[in-house]
Amino acid sequence: MLKRWRQTVTWTDIVVWAIGVAIGIAIIVGTIRTWQAGQYTAEQWINLTISGLKLGSIYALIALGYTLVYGILRMINFAHSEVFMSGPFTAVFLAKYLDSIGFYNTYPLISLILITLLSAGVSITIALLLERVAYRRLRFAPRLVPLITAIGASFFLQYTFRGFYGNDIETYPNFDFLKGTWTIGSIAIPKTDLLVIVSGFMMMLILYGVVQRTKTGKAMRAVSEDKEVAALMGIDVDRIIVFTFGLGGASAGVAGILYALIYQNVHFYMGFIPGLKAFTAAVLGGIGNVVGAWLGGTLLGLIESLGPNLFLQGLGIPAANQLKDGIAFTILVFILIFRPSGLLGERISKTKA
Amino acid sequence: MSKRILGIVSILMVLSVLLVACGPKPYECTDSIGCVTVAPDEPVHIAYAMVIAGPDATLGIDSRNGAELAVDDHGGKVLDHAIKFDGEDDGCSAEGGQAAGTKLAADPTIVAILGTSCSSAVRVAMPLWSAAGFTVISASNTAVDLTLAGNENQHPGYLRTAHSDAVQGKAAAEFAYNKMGFRKAATIHDGSIYAEQLQQVFADNFTALGGTITAQESVDPNQTDMSGVLTSIASGAPEIIYHPIFIQAGTQIVRQARTTSGLENVALMGADGMFSPDVVEGAGDAVEGVFVSSPDFTTFGPDYEAKFLPAYQAKFGSAPLSIFHAHAYDAMNMVLACVEKVTVKDNDGTLHIPRQGLRDCMYATKDFKGLTGNLTCTPTGDCADPKIAVYEYHAGEYPPTKIWP
Repeated sequence: MLKRWRQTVTWTDIVVWAIGVAIGIAIIVGTIRTWQAGQYTAEQWINLTISGLKLGSIYALIALGYTLVYGILRMINFAHSEVFMSGPFTAVFLAKYLDSIGFYNTYPLISLILITLLSAGVSITIALLLERVAYRRLRFAPRLVPLITAIGASFFLQYTFRGFYGNDIETYPNFDFLKGTWTIGSIAIPKTDLLVIVSGFMMMLILYGVVQRTKTGKAMRAVSEDKEVAALMGIDVDRIIVFTFGLGGASAGVAGILYALIYQNVHFYMGFIPGLKAFTAAVLGGIGNVVGAWLGGTLLGLIESLGPNLFLQGLGIPAANQLKDGIAFTILVFILIFRPSGLLGERISKTKA
Repeated sequence: MSKRILGIVSILMVLSVLLVACGPKPYECTDSIGCVTVAPDEPVHIAYAMVIAGPDATLGIDSRNGAELAVDDHGGKVLDHAIKFDGEDDGCSAEGGQAAGTKLAADPTIVAILGTSCSSAVRVAMPLWSAAGFTVISASNTAVDLTLAGNENQHPGYLRTAHSDAVQGKAAAEFAYNKMGFRKAATIHDGSIYAEQLQQVFADNFTALGGTITAQESVDPNQTDMSGVLTSIASGAPEIIYHPIFIQAGTQIVRQARTTSGLENVALMGADGMFSPDVVEGAGDAVEGVFVSSPDFTTFGPDYEAKFLPAYQAKFGSAPLSIFHAHAYDAMNMVLACVEKVTVKDNDGTLHIPRQGLRDCMYATKDFKGLTGNLTCTPTGDCADPKIAVYEYHAGEYPPTKIWP
């Protein structure tokens, strides 16, 4: 037994495990010390949790795009962060126009639907263009080739949109009906946050339903299992791939509007960091898995929001909040080491393109 | 026979010596770090390294506009040579400074550089430029250490017309403590040396006046969600948050502070990096009542109102985008004045600009009548005539209104 153990475990494993354990202890010690210090009230923890959930919902919606495309094509579509940026950065001009003619706050629901449709429409268009122009010809190329193409496409899109709309930060006008808070029990939740959290969850359910319950979803799963056999069974593989990109684009476009409702400011570079985080979330949840993407996004948002105040501050680290991205990416590294398939594993089995 | 040959040779030698003496004597560069030679039909090359793209672009574009107006005032020429004014984006970051620094340092035609926009960038770029022999003058670097004698970030050839943050941070602390009567303050920086040093100067002065600093937090310049940092700050219950950072993160702090429990009524104060129309646009209604420190425009000379602003409006079609246009205008004028002073001009129009001579002339600047005041440079390159004021933003209005002193 011991001998077998000694044969299979390498020094690298031991070092990695030791680091993992050390980080675990640091987290526990930090958390205990923060609780003992009692610096924050329960209300503040609840607020941080809500803010983590809303951030997580946005990561989750973007992560769905990564996950769907990965499930089908086994490629990371790194230009997806620009699909996310293109929608809200275009719809902001419609929102501003509606605001200037006074329509925006007179018919807020219609306005919200209009800008969401425009945002989703633009994001879908960009996603489909990407698929047609950048990826389709490379479908049978080695895996590294479409990956690098994706990075190139990402820069191309960023600077194209900068060319269209300029460098400046554009700002969404506020919806009056989203100001203030709703009180559930004794907890006051900002209306915008609740809207974002609920829409994120709904969107995940819808996508899950599409993949698991519809005929097209069945075809998607078939294509992801084996493209050739799926084609033999009469499935139009191209059409399914286009549909998948469209679905990812739509969820990115909706995510963009939710992002804009919270943070208001949009600019050509806005997709980069959320895109990276969403990719982390997708890997965390298990890439290729719709529920996993939502779970990963939500967890990541929570960790980012609670982490610095919860355990870094307890460890006496000054200015802990600037390390929140550090926490997120440390998690990514550790998942890749300890559980490469993510929390919910990779649903679609072994076949590699 | 041999005597005749010797005679001819000696006559030839004497003649050749005479000929050499009569011909035009070529300029000999005696400058310790070399000269820039500008052929008769070539322009004098002055480069800029400013942030001209990305979310902080207004800062750099505004300075560049100011410098271009100074070039226009000279009719686009110095010593009958055209002025070539082009440059690189400094990205307002160390990475951008590295890229712009390397690229410009490789161009030997450059006489002087206007820039950078951000202290983080010049900290990386300046060692390269100093070694290349350039004279560098910045209109908007305010980090204290850049002109602090005997400091690793103070390099020969560097000057600035912007105020040092030792002045700005002190003014902000005095405003918060004396004028507003605040006793508890928190600060936020974004890891840039500009913000980090400025908040430290503020914290030191605020403590010295008798106040308490409840937290010194930091954020990422691209961060959008501030809930964690603001909750952390709220637990110390400060009366004012001093956040001398840049527009993108700064507007998010302004927006989100208003909805963080415990911070609904806290006073917010930024520094010159947040003096921009983009703040009014980006922060929306939340900008109401936000303080911002900046050079005091009312102390700028009469030419500022009467000549500079109309010229700016006419050429660029807008009011100034940020606050360092006049500093850049002065910087360009100082460079051109010194180039005129130290350059040796050949009869055919060739210019020889001694690099060390130019630096010496710049450092010796005394009582230079600029838009921003009477500029006198210290031996380490602090040339500003700093007068700081505090302004207050109102929703939908730009510029903000001056409230102190």
